[in-house]
Formats: sequence, C-alpha cells, structure tokens
Amino acid sequence: MNAQPVVRLIDVWKSFDSQPILKGVNLSLMEGKTTVIVGASGQGKTLIIKHILGLIRPDSGKVLFYGKEINSVSKKELMEIRMNFGVLFQNAALFDSMTVFDNVALPLRERTKKSGEEIKKTVHEKLVMMDLEGSDDKYPAQLSGGMRKRVGLARALVLEPRIIFFDEPTSGLDVAKSNEIYRVFFRTQQKLGYTAVIVSHDVPKILKLADYVALLHDGVIHGCLTPEEFQLSQEPLIREYVETTMGPLYSSETEEEL
Amino acid sequence: MMKMLGLFEKLGDNALYYVNQAGRMGIFLFYSVVSVFRPPYKIFPTVRQIYIIGTLSIFVILFTGAFTGMVLGLQGYHTLRKFGAQGLLGSAVALSLIRELGPVLAALMVTGRAGSAICAEIGIMRISEQIDALECMAIDPHRFIMAPKFMAGIISLPLLTAIFDVTGILGGYVVGVKLLGANEGAYFSSMYKDVEFEDIYMGFVKSLCFGLLIIWISASKGYYVHLERGGGFGAEGVSITTTNAVVLCSVAILLFDYFLTSVLL
Ligand SMILES: Nc1ncnc2c1ncn2[C@@H]1O[C@H](COP(=O)(O)OP(=O)(O)OP(=O)(O)O)[C@@H](O)[C@H]1O
Ligand SMILES: [Mg+2]
Repeated sequence: MNAQPVVRLIDVWKSFDSQPILKGVNLSLMEGKTTVIVGASGQGKTLIIKHILGLIRPDSGKVLFYGKEINSVSKKELMEIRMNFGVLFQNAALFDSMTVFDNVALPLRERTKKSGEEIKKTVHEKLVMMDLEGSDDKYPAQLSGGMRKRVGLARALVLEPRIIFFDEPTSGLDVAKSNEIYRVFFRTQQKLGYTAVIVSHDVPKILKLADYVALLHDGVIHGCLTPEEFQLSQEPLIREYVETTMGPLYSSETEEEL
Repeated sequence: MMKMLGLFEKLGDNALYYVNQAGRMGIFLFYSVVSVFRPPYKIFPTVRQIYIIGTLSIFVILFTGAFTGMVLGLQGYHTLRKFGAQGLLGSAVALSLIRELGPVLAALMVTGRAGSAICAEIGIMRISEQIDALECMAIDPHRFIMAPKFMAGIISLPLLTAIFDVTGILGGYVVGVKLLGANEGAYFSSMYKDVEFEDIYMGFVKSLCFGLLIIWISASKGYYVHLERGGGFGAEGVSITTTNAVVLCSVAILLFDYFLTSVLL
C-alpha cells in the first residue's frame, strides 16, 4: 500500500510574544496511518494540531492538506476540508449548555439529513461504545473529567470521519478504561481506515496503536519513525525520551545489542 | 524626542487596534447577515432566541414603559398648562414615545438584559474552545449561533418597542387624565389627529436598527473576546468585554438615534 501524505507541515514557525514555540516543524501524516506525537508538556503538541485544523496561522511555513494550503483556501473550502475531521480537544470542549446526548447528536443534526430515530440510534451506539449509557441527559458540568473526555471521543467519532485528531484521548482515564478506548480505536481504525493524529503521554501503550511516532522537542520534530525504530533509535534525544518513559528495561536491551 | 516617538507609537497602536476591531466587526456582521438568509432556516432556535431576547424582556419593558409614560404625563401636563394647551397632552406623550423614547429606552433595556447575556454566553463559548470545536466540525458558528440571535433581535425589538409605546401612552393617560384631570376625550383625539404614519414608521425603523445594532455589537464582542484589548483572560476577560459591549451598545444606540432622526425627518 503506497500511502500518500494527507497533511504536510513544512517548516512551520510560531511564536507567542516573541517567544518561539515551534521552530521549523516538518511533519507528514500518511493516509490511513496513525501518527502519534509525543513530547514533554508545553512543547507545542496541541499547537501543532491547531495549526493542522486551521485554527492558528503559522508565522511562516506551510500547512498543506492534500497539497492545498489550509490558510489560503476560502471559507467554503475550509469547511469542506473540515467535513472529514473528527476532533477531540485536550479539554474536550463540550457544549456546556447542551446535554450529553445533544452534544453527540449535534454533528448528525447539523451535517446530515438523518431522521430523529436514526440519530438516536447512532448516538446510543457511540455512547455505549464509550461506556456512557445512562448519561444522556446529564450536562457536561455534571460529568467526571474522564467521562467528559469520552463524550468528546463519541462526538468526534459519530460522523465516521476520515481524519481524526485526538489530543490526549486517555489522560484522566483509569487503566482499564484507557485500554478499552485503545481497543475501540483499533476496531474503528480497522473499520474506517481513517488517518489519525494522536497526542499522548501514554507511552509505551500508545505505541501499539501507532504506525509512526514523532517526538516534539524544543520546537522541532525529531524522527517520524515506526514504533520499533523509535524504541531502538540511537538519536540521543529520542533515546533519552524512551529511557525516561519506558524505564531502563529497553535501554539495557539496546546496550546488549551494541 | 524619545517621548514624542513613544507617544506616536501609542497613537498608532491605538489607531491600528480600533481599525482592526472595526474591520473584524464588519466581517462578522457580513457573515452573520448572509447566514440569516441561507436555507435551511433555523426556525426552532430562532423561536427560542425570541423567547430569551423578547419574551423574557416583556416585564422590564412594561415596567419602564409605564413609568416613562407616567412621567411624561406629569411633566407634559404641567408644562402644557402654562400655555393652556392641556388638550395636546395625548399627542405630546404619544409622539415623544413613538418617535424617540420608545425605541431608545426599549433598546437600552434590551441591551442591559439580553445584550450583556449574549456577549457573556458567546465569550464563554470562545474561551472554552467551543467555537473552535464547532468550526472543526464544519459547523458554521455564524449560522449555528449568530443567525438565530440576529433574527430574534430584529423581530423582538420592534415588538418590544410597540409594547413600550402602548404601556407608556396608558401610563400617561393614568397620570394626565385620571390623576391630574386633563380632558379624557382630548387626550385620545389629539393623539388620533397628530400621530401620523411617518411617526410610526420612524419608530419602527429605529427599533429595527437598534435590534440589529445590539445583537451585532454584543455578539461580535463576545466572539472576539480573545482579541479584546485590556480584556485579560478567562472569566475576567469575559466580564470586562461584556461591560465594554454594554457601554458600546448604549453609546451606539444614542449616536444612531441622532443619526437616524436626522435622516428620517
Ligand atoms: N494562545 C497562546 N498564547 C500564548 N502562548 C501560547 C498559546 N497557546 C500555546 N502557547 C504556548 O505554547 C506552548 C505549547 O503549548 P501546547 O498547548 O501546544 O503544549 P502541549 O505540548 O500540548 O503541552 P501538554 O502536553 O501539556 O498539553 C506553551 O508554552 C504555551 O504557553
Ligand atoms: Mg496539549
């Protein structure tokens, strides 16, 4: 399967108050593949996602979506591009004056011509998938942090998107729930074949889902490697990251190989 | 010399900020008005907004309308009596209400009640990334949030103004005729004689414009809360922006009132 890049970031720079955060980010997201972005807190992972979504303009550099620059297309074209997106924000960004059901139903109501019955069925399917049955009528403020995240996931997946952006989908979830979520991701990915970008601190578990792993450090992407290559990489930064997140187990392995 | 440069820099900064703000508010208005006319129409959300902006304002409008009419009756009666023209009380009260006070005061009341609420609501949606989320779902925030509010503002304001006018006229009647003893027949017949279609038309146009103005200013201030200068962040940012929106709305209503009067006269 010859994957082609869906999204390409070319030398993206972004500063806030003359403090550079992204310093020449280059990244390609391959069609049908899952790319995981890892990196320390505050490095700009969320910022990269917001650039791809077209919510933030880079100071310089380009964000290309199938070769089209996302910051120079018309409002209508941008809308069409975003039709393919399923997005989970880091804070879930639920509509806080709507119930859980309405939150998940909103994309269906606004974007499809489905009948009320069909909408109800689809929404319940997704809520069950996220282990949320019985919370239909609750408001986001009445949910726990992890539940909010799962509602966000249900909302992101309800339209069966072609590209998904998940910003820390499992932070705030217990181990069993996050394993379950990973299984859901795996199954839906199999079914829909979507392209995915996942930002996560859940290394090494997230690596099982990944086709590519990118490490963001000091405003630059280091290596967009397969998980195996990533774990065995000799590049000092990646090695340091792998060692700190996965413990000395892996490093001793590599040392034996040396 | 350095001081001068600093001064110019500040001036330029200010100018840029306000030009920028005017520009984005203009674009905001354009997109919102266009989205009002693009089908499918959002009937149910519009009705809901009419309830929030219009129906829930009725009590305040009744109250302020009645007292405005009563004070007009009181003042008018005593002034007109000096010229022996108490018979004109009805038309004096009605004309001042229909042409000026009705549209302006109703608009100011709605600004305080609904304008501030709209600004805060949209501002909170902005800072909690709900507007970004809408955009990423390819749902146009202008169509989804703004269009129903604009429709509701334009429909509600003329109706509220009409209610204000009528209660005001009745208030003037109670004070002028019942309390102070002006002639009952003259109160209404002078009104019939002197209030013409142009007067009602003027009040109608004003209230329509004010409706648009209130929603426009408060919604766009909320929508751009993250760009508001001196706004701070988070809850405080929203509160400062809401205050600014109410002040700007009130000032704009009075400015536009003068402007519209001079055009329509
Ligand atoms: N709107 C903004 N204004 C100013 N600075 C910002 C803004 N957005 C992000 N930043 C800065 O950019 C940097 C990266 O932020 P970002 O949210 O992308 O981090 P992150 O890698 O997602 O971290 P985490 O893993 O904790 O979520 C931070 O230092 C932050 O202070
Ligand atoms: Mg983040």
